[in-house]
Amino acid sequence: MGQVKAIVLRAAGINCDAETAYALELAGADAERVHINKMIENKSLLDDYQILVVPGGFSYGDDVAAGKILGNQILHHLFGPMQKFIEDGKLILGICNGFQVLVKAGLLPGNGGGNAEQGVTITYNDSGKFEDRWVYLSPQTERCVFIEKGQQIYLPIAHGEGKIVTKDDDTLKTLESDGHIAFKYVDKDGRQGDFPVNPNGSTNSIAALTDKTGRVLGLMPHPERFVRKVQHPRWTRGETDANGMTIFNNAVKYVQENL
Amino acid sequence: MNQWRFEVFSREGFADVHGSGVYEEIKELGISTVEAVQSARVFLIESDFDESFAKRVAGELLTDPVCEQYYIGRSKAPAGLAKATLIEVHLKSGVTDPVAQSVVAGITDMGAKVEHVRTARKYIILGTITQSQTDLIAKRILANDCIEDVIVGDESEPPSPHLEPYELQIANWPIRDLSDDDLVALSKDKDLFLNLIEMQTIQKYFQELGREPTDIELETLAQTWSEHCVHKTLKSSIDLTVNGEEKHFDNLLKETVFGVTKELNKDWCISVFDDNAGVVEFDDDTAICFKVETHNHPSALDPYGGAATGIGGVIRDPMGTGMGAKPVANTDIFCFGEPDKNLDEIPKGVLHPRRIMKGVVSGVRDYGNRMGIPTVNGAIYFDDRYMANPLVFCGNIGIMDRGKCFKHQQSGDLVIVVGGRTGRDGIHGATFSSGQMTHEHETIFSHAVQIGNAITEKKMLDVILQARDAGLYESITDCGAGGLSSAVGEMGEKLGAVVDLEKIPLKYAGLNYTETWISEAQERMVISVKEEKLEAIMKIFDSENVEATVIGKFTDDKKLKLRYNGQQVAELDMEFLHDGVPKYSRKAVWNDLNLNEPNLKEKDNYNDELLAIMSSFNVASKEWVIRQYDHEVQGGSVVKPLTGINNDGPSDAAVVQPKLGSDKGVAISCGMNPLYGDIDPYWMAMAGIDEAIRNLICVGGRFDRIALLDNFCWGDCTRPETLGPLVRAAQACYDAAIVFETPFISGKDSLNNEFVCEDGTTISIPSTLLISAMSLVDDVNKCVTMDAKKAGNFLFVVGETKNELGGSHYYKVKGELGANVPKVNLELSAKTAKRISEAIIDGLITSCHDCSEGGLAVGLAEMGFAGGLGIEADLRGLVKNDCPRVDGQLFSESNSRYIVEVQPENYDAFAKKMLNLPFGQIGKVTEETKLVITSEKGDAVIDIDLDLVKQAWQKPFDWQ
Repeated sequence: MGQVKAIVLRAAGINCDAETAYALELAGADAERVHINKMIENKSLLDDYQILVVPGGFSYGDDVAAGKILGNQILHHLFGPMQKFIEDGKLILGICNGFQVLVKAGLLPGNGGGNAEQGVTITYNDSGKFEDRWVYLSPQTERCVFIEKGQQIYLPIAHGEGKIVTKDDDTLKTLESDGHIAFKYVDKDGRQGDFPVNPNGSTNSIAALTDKTGRVLGLMPHPERFVRKVQHPRWTRGETDANGMTIFNNAVKYVQENL
Repeated sequence: MNQWRFEVFSREGFADVHGSGVYEEIKELGISTVEAVQSARVFLIESDFDESFAKRVAGELLTDPVCEQYYIGRSKAPAGLAKATLIEVHLKSGVTDPVAQSVVAGITDMGAKVEHVRTARKYIILGTITQSQTDLIAKRILANDCIEDVIVGDESEPPSPHLEPYELQIANWPIRDLSDDDLVALSKDKDLFLNLIEMQTIQKYFQELGREPTDIELETLAQTWSEHCVHKTLKSSIDLTVNGEEKHFDNLLKETVFGVTKELNKDWCISVFDDNAGVVEFDDDTAICFKVETHNHPSALDPYGGAATGIGGVIRDPMGTGMGAKPVANTDIFCFGEPDKNLDEIPKGVLHPRRIMKGVVSGVRDYGNRMGIPTVNGAIYFDDRYMANPLVFCGNIGIMDRGKCFKHQQSGDLVIVVGGRTGRDGIHGATFSSGQMTHEHETIFSHAVQIGNAITEKKMLDVILQARDAGLYESITDCGAGGLSSAVGEMGEKLGAVVDLEKIPLKYAGLNYTETWISEAQERMVISVKEEKLEAIMKIFDSENVEATVIGKFTDDKKLKLRYNGQQVAELDMEFLHDGVPKYSRKAVWNDLNLNEPNLKEKDNYNDELLAIMSSFNVASKEWVIRQYDHEVQGGSVVKPLTGINNDGPSDAAVVQPKLGSDKGVAISCGMNPLYGDIDPYWMAMAGIDEAIRNLICVGGRFDRIALLDNFCWGDCTRPETLGPLVRAAQACYDAAIVFETPFISGKDSLNNEFVCEDGTTISIPSTLLISAMSLVDDVNKCVTMDAKKAGNFLFVVGETKNELGGSHYYKVKGELGANVPKVNLELSAKTAKRISEAIIDGLITSCHDCSEGGLAVGLAEMGFAGGLGIEADLRGLVKNDCPRVDGQLFSESNSRYIVEVQPENYDAFAKKMLNLPFGQIGKVTEETKLVITSEKGDAVIDIDLDLVKQAWQKPFDWQ
């Protein structure tokens, strides 16, 4: 494998693209930030890349619902190329608003597309407001290639709509039993709990989902915001924790070893 | 054409977060008969798609398939309608509706054409309520009648949004023959806010031209000459009488805040008081700029929209500085009435302070977060004199290449407006914000409120930075107060410009040429572009769906010419427009107030006083606010606004790394204390500067690279006794900055912050000076935070504690003001700041906290609970200067003091570093979470569980 190439999607209101590209470059990838109009114009553009990241932000102002308008745009213009991207064994990462977009486009937890299969959604925090705070995340699946097995990580969330809900209990059971849950919110000692351990009231403390291949990951917390020591909220107390780089490093490593 | 109505509700079993929020607020209003509130989103869509497609639109786009359900048409009224009230809230026609724009995009993506989309909110209020309760709920909670219409019941549809196109009718406003009384009447009648001398000056200009002015000419002059735009008060000549002694200023600003910067003449100041923001050096390649603006009057009328456009507007200042900076951090400082007021204590025409606060915070949150700019520093002050006149200060910091700090527009360049379209919103904003407010303002000036759409601004920012880096434009400025009138007028000041007003893209038909020209519609920038680069720059804008339109040309005749469909509607000399405003001479008076220190009895124990101060609104934790702001986007956060073992202690200042991959940082802080101004505004200003500097020093900022910004918010300065305090404050700015060697790089004033009540009484805000400050951090790895780190470490207080309880929070909780306002020994303060800064850079200090509001006791408590540790302190170690009483030692707010934690192994090196400064070891950090302070006699004057103190500190804003 030659140089790993990552594409970071831009669109109206996406605003974490620069630091996401920076994190990918720290991990050794070449990262390019590309506007969705360019991708729609040139549908074979994705062929040149092995990692696609939909970064955080407020795509289209989160109008109608978080990630809805961009998800709809992807569904109607880019769904084929993205499905092919997954079929080709490549990786997709959705962070915060990007996660919401992937769910609303029908690319997570399944890759079927559209509303028909959408049994899972991401909706308003129980608190009813946007919150920026740090959370511990415990990995739940060994399938997801972005995750370091058994490693708890510490990351910030910053969202108003991060509560994951399913349409019914069966859907939730399937998520659990089929290994779709990538991370859960836990406390420092790895235990699940109420607010603020679970910052948004997410069902079963779900923080992140992966698809059946383990090569698509969507997560509400921001791994790109903790890639250096001084971003830890308690670095002046000498505290460290496993950070967001593991996710980017694993992605790049996976591509190097498998594609 | 079909008119489709969609209603989207939460599905049963899923929370209706919005409805529940409204329900809680209704209960807070004291209405107990409401049992529940359901909310729905309403979409009114004109399109020729058929019913099956309408179902797809509803199911696939408008509704979340998991947690929501939709109705096409009107939903069935709930069972027991007799006990339910339906209220719909629609935007007034012409108000920007961003969701509607996104829905159009979404339906277009689905392959259909849409004619028009409107959105609304519907509330079903279950339970019996009276007509007047319905009105109250609508007015206080659901709608803002500046921008929204309320429809009760389910019969009537909102008025059609379609407007007739405008046909040109040039209006002349004859003034050449008017008497003085008629000139004043014309100014008042047309909301020009021009005074008699200004009207006379304009009259003379047109008498000399031999013609009458058009409406647009007078409006343009009124905008350009407004207090908001030219700061005529601060630039006027002033005769000041201080305690009977006279002093004259030819130009107050030039002799104080501008003057000190000029005298200091720092080579790291790149562009100061010249552009939309002050620019200083960051590193060899990069410059950094900072601007702080106020948006007070709009936030009083529409707290959400006013604050949102306040932050949106100040972000465009760095974007419009030099050739355009990239915004990297926001700051927000607010002043409100105390939020626990009863409704009957609120003057007519004024919103409840709690509603203003919630609205302002949400507005800043939604705009700042959507822009992807971290909000890293701020403060909130409460005083009932801010009740009718809240202050909303929004700041923004941006970075740019050193080579892009100056503009160079030339004759022949095209004038291009980029970004949002122009509507009726914000007409007369600049003039309105320059006048007093009254209880009728709500209705008269509803049009002055601007409506923001952050995503339009974000899209514009994205393409402007690309065009800048490709070198495709020559100059850029923002459309702020005064709209295009100010932007084009300023950019063409030395050149001349001609603009074809009909080319300006409009949000909707019907605007006349004057409205188009002076509208303060948001999210617009003006750039000047060489003809040969037009195609290339338009390609960039098109590629991301950002509208840009050529509306005119810069000329070389030094005239501003405006045309509509080829017909000239205005011709003004640039020189008259920019320099014609008459110079004023004003009188200012200051007499020292006859105040006394209260006679408070000394006590054996001050636990209760500490708790009272901790839970006073000014000191209490603002975590409820801070967490709603994204303070980490862009990945540059180093010292966050909340810090300590539980991420909830109060940081002194923020540090961000604006360049990914560089260890260089910028520290950002503020200082302000209006209470001191009630004693002497001179010492208030000085304390604000000292505090802002201390805050920077505490986190590791360099002392030799501090830049300051001033924001004066005052009452009606035509009164000598109101202008006097302002002049005093400006003098202090000079006196402090010259010794600290901290230039002012930008500033702004907002005068006439007064409210005339229905009964004719006037409420004026207290004299308020906000000092914002930034400095450089060479290596962010050396920054420190304020939380106590480790049991066994030593605590020192550096600086003198004096008997300076005047204006303190200790006196405030006792209902007193006092007289002994904290003063500043400038030389000593500068020396102290420099040494502390060096000691932090040398790694000798483990934590550092500013000793300010609430004094030593509050500072120690905050350090202790932020670190999850305890503190034992002994007042014998405190360096005191004529401060014998225990309450003075505990709560005096003497300036220039730092509480410092030092590891035992650094004791000697630290002590050596502090040589010849007043400093003393006051105690140590302990394991047990208790604060114990013993007096010189050895009595425990404070002995309290810090968990209890922390609870008291967190309780006031423990809001949902």
